[in-house]
Amino acid sequence: MKKLLTGNEAIARGAWEAGVKVCTAYPGTPSTEITENAASYSEMYAEWSPNEKVALEVGLGAAIIGGRALVAMKHVGVNVAADPLFTLAYTGINAGLVLVSADDPGMHSSQNEQDNRNFGKAAKIPVLEPSDSQEAKEFTKIAFELSEAFDTPVMLRTTTRVAHSQSLVELEPRQEIPLKNYEKNIQKYVMMPGFARPRHVAVEARLEKLMEYAETCSLNRMELRQRQLGIIASGAVYQYVREVLPNASTLKLGMTYPLPRKLIEEFAGQVENLYVIEELDPFIEDQLKAWGIKVHGKDTFPLVGEILPEIIQEKLGSTYGQNKNEPENTESSDNFLHIPVRPPVMCPGCPHRGLFYILNKLKLTVTGDIGCYTLGAQAPHHAMDTTICMGASIGAAIGMEKARGKEFARKLVAVIGDSTFIHSGITGLIDAVYNKATTTVIILDNRTTAMTGHQNNPLNGRTIKGEATKEVNLPLLAKAVGVDRVVEVDPFNLTELETIIKQE
Amino acid sequence: MPMNETKNILIVGVGGQGTILASRVLSTVLQKIGLDVKVSEIHGMSQRGGSVVTQVRYGQSVSSPIIPKGQADIILAFEKLEALRWLPTLKKEGIILINDQRIDPMPVIIGAAEYPEALDYIRSKVKNVLVINALAAAQEAGNAKAVNIVLLGLLARHMNIDHSLWLETIEETVPAKFLQVNLKAFEAGYNTAENIANI
Repeated sequence: MKKLLTGNEAIARGAWEAGVKVCTAYPGTPSTEITENAASYSEMYAEWSPNEKVALEVGLGAAIIGGRALVAMKHVGVNVAADPLFTLAYTGINAGLVLVSADDPGMHSSQNEQDNRNFGKAAKIPVLEPSDSQEAKEFTKIAFELSEAFDTPVMLRTTTRVAHSQSLVELEPRQEIPLKNYEKNIQKYVMMPGFARPRHVAVEARLEKLMEYAETCSLNRMELRQRQLGIIASGAVYQYVREVLPNASTLKLGMTYPLPRKLIEEFAGQVENLYVIEELDPFIEDQLKAWGIKVHGKDTFPLVGEILPEIIQEKLGSTYGQNKNEPENTESSDNFLHIPVRPPVMCPGCPHRGLFYILNKLKLTVTGDIGCYTLGAQAPHHAMDTTICMGASIGAAIGMEKARGKEFARKLVAVIGDSTFIHSGITGLIDAVYNKATTTVIILDNRTTAMTGHQNNPLNGRTIKGEATKEVNLPLLAKAVGVDRVVEVDPFNLTELETIIKQE
Repeated sequence: MPMNETKNILIVGVGGQGTILASRVLSTVLQKIGLDVKVSEIHGMSQRGGSVVTQVRYGQSVSSPIIPKGQADIILAFEKLEALRWLPTLKKEGIILINDQRIDPMPVIIGAAEYPEALDYIRSKVKNVLVINALAAAQEAGNAKAVNIVLLGLLARHMNIDHSLWLETIEETVPAKFLQVNLKAFEAGYNTAENIANI
C-alpha cells in the first residue's frame, strides 16, 4: 500500500519498520515531526529530551545495550550533540544508531544554514541523503543495516524540502529485531586515552571499508543519458535536476560521505561537462578537486541558500535544457505594487507580548534567546539586542556586565523561554551566581515548547505521549543554584510586571 | 483523467486558515485516481500568522515538489494579499480563485505599509479570476472555520474529478462531528454560481 507522507513521517515509519526500540529528540524545525510521529507507534519508546546532547546520550545507551535507536534534531542541534557524537564514532554501537540531522538551507526557520555533511566527515561517520519521502523511509532502514554492519553511528541528513515535502511511500510491516547481546567491553566502550588510541585506528580502518562499500552500494546510482552534460547531485537537488534537465546524465549520490572515488571517476570519464550541484558548501566538489577531477560547481551555483529548480534552469537550462519550461507569466507583481511582507507574529493572547511592551518602554538592553519570543526583536516590540543560540542570553548578559560594569547591568536583562532554559540556560544561570553577576534573568514560562508547535517539556508535567510526569519547579531550581531574589510575576498584570522589572 | 504532463496547484493563505487540511484532501484525491503526487509545504512559523504556501504537483511521474515560476495551472488563495504575492507563479492561461478576505499583516497594522488594491491589480493582469466570499458561505454552512472546505469545493469545481471522490475523502479526513458542516461547506463552494471553464 502506498501512502502520501512527509519526509519526517517517512523517517518515523522507517524507524518503526526497522524494529527501532528507542526514539529521542529535542524539537527543532524541520526535524520535529519525526519524533512526534515516532511517538504514535506503541512499539517504540519515544521522548523529548531536555536537549540534543541528552537525546544522543539516551540513544547511545539504548544502542550499546542492544536496542536500535533513532535520534533526531535540527542542524544546529548537532552542535549541541557533537560531544557524544565524536566519541561514539570511536566506540561504535552495538545495535544500530541513526542520527537524523535536518538541515535548513535558506533558513526557513533557523539562525544559520550550516552544512552538517561536514559533521559526518569530521566525526568520520557515513552520511546518507534521501531525495524524497520514499527514500527517506528506505534510507532510514538501510542506515540501521549499515550502522550494525560497520559498527558506526550513521547520519541521515535531510533538508527542509525533503523533511516537509510529501510524496508517495510504499508501506511495509515492522520487522521485530531481537535485542542484541550485550557483553561488557571496556576497551571498546570506556574511552580513556589508552583505550581510545586503538579505537581511532579502528575508525580509520572502518572508513576504508566504507569507501569500498560506497563504490557498489545501491545508494549511489549512475544514470547515463546524453553525454554532453553530467551532473552529480544528492537530496532534493537530484529531483530538481531530473525536472529541469531530464536528458542530462546524472550520478545520484545517496551516500555523500565517504564518497565513491572510482564510481565518480568513471562517471566523469563518460560525460563532456561535469557539474556538482549541491546546496551550501562545496562538500562533494572539494573532494573531487582534491582527486584532480575537473568539475564545475560553486563557480556556477551559489554558496548561500537553497538551489531551487529555477536557479538550475537559469544557470544550465539555456545551454543544456531540452524541455524549455520557460515561465510564461514572468512579470512580478512587485514591480508594480508594493506588497507588504507577512512575517510571523506572536499568537493573540501570548503572555510574551506584555513583557516585550514593557522592556521596550523601559529602553533596556535585552539579550535574547531562541524561541517564539525572538519575535520580540521585530516590530512592534523592538525589544531585543542579541540572539545567538539556545541558552546564550544568560552568558551574553554576564559578559556584557563584566565588560561594562555593574551600572550598565542595571539596564540589562536576559530573556529566555522555559524550554530553552532547561535546554541550556541552567548552566548560564549557575555561572551568573558563581561569578557574582548582578544581571536580571527573565524566564518566559508559557509551559510549552511553542515555536516548534507546542511540544510538551520538563516544565509542563506531560511526556511526549501525553502521560503525566513530574514538573521541574523553576523558582526552587533558581534558589537551589543560589539565586537570592526570585520573583514570580503574571505577565498579564502589566503594572506589577513593570514595577518588578524596574526594581530589579 | 489521462495525463502526460505535470499539473500544478498552488494553495496560499495565512497561518491558521486551514490551507494544510485542504491540501491534504486534494492530494489524497489525486492519489486515489492513480496519479503520482508531490506536495511541498513550508510551515516553519506558519502557526504565528505568517504566509503559508502549499505546492501540489501531480501527473504520471513527478520529480520536483516545487512549482516553477509561471507554471501554476491554478492558484487557490485564501486571502487577497497572498493572491497578489503569488501571482507571478500563475501560468498565462491559469486560473486564480480568491477568497475575498482581508487579513492585515503586521506592517499594515502598525502603519508602516498600506494594504494594496489586490483584486483590481490581479483582474488587470489575469483573465481567469474568480472571487468569492468563502467566509460568508462557511458561516451559512454552520461554522466559520469551514472556509477551507468551501474553497476546496470551489477548486474541485475547476478540476475534472468525480464529485463523489471529494466527498468520500473529506469524510475520511475530517472528524465525524464536523462532517456535516464540512460537506455543506464543500457543496457551497462547488455550487458557486460563477465558474471558469474546466482545465
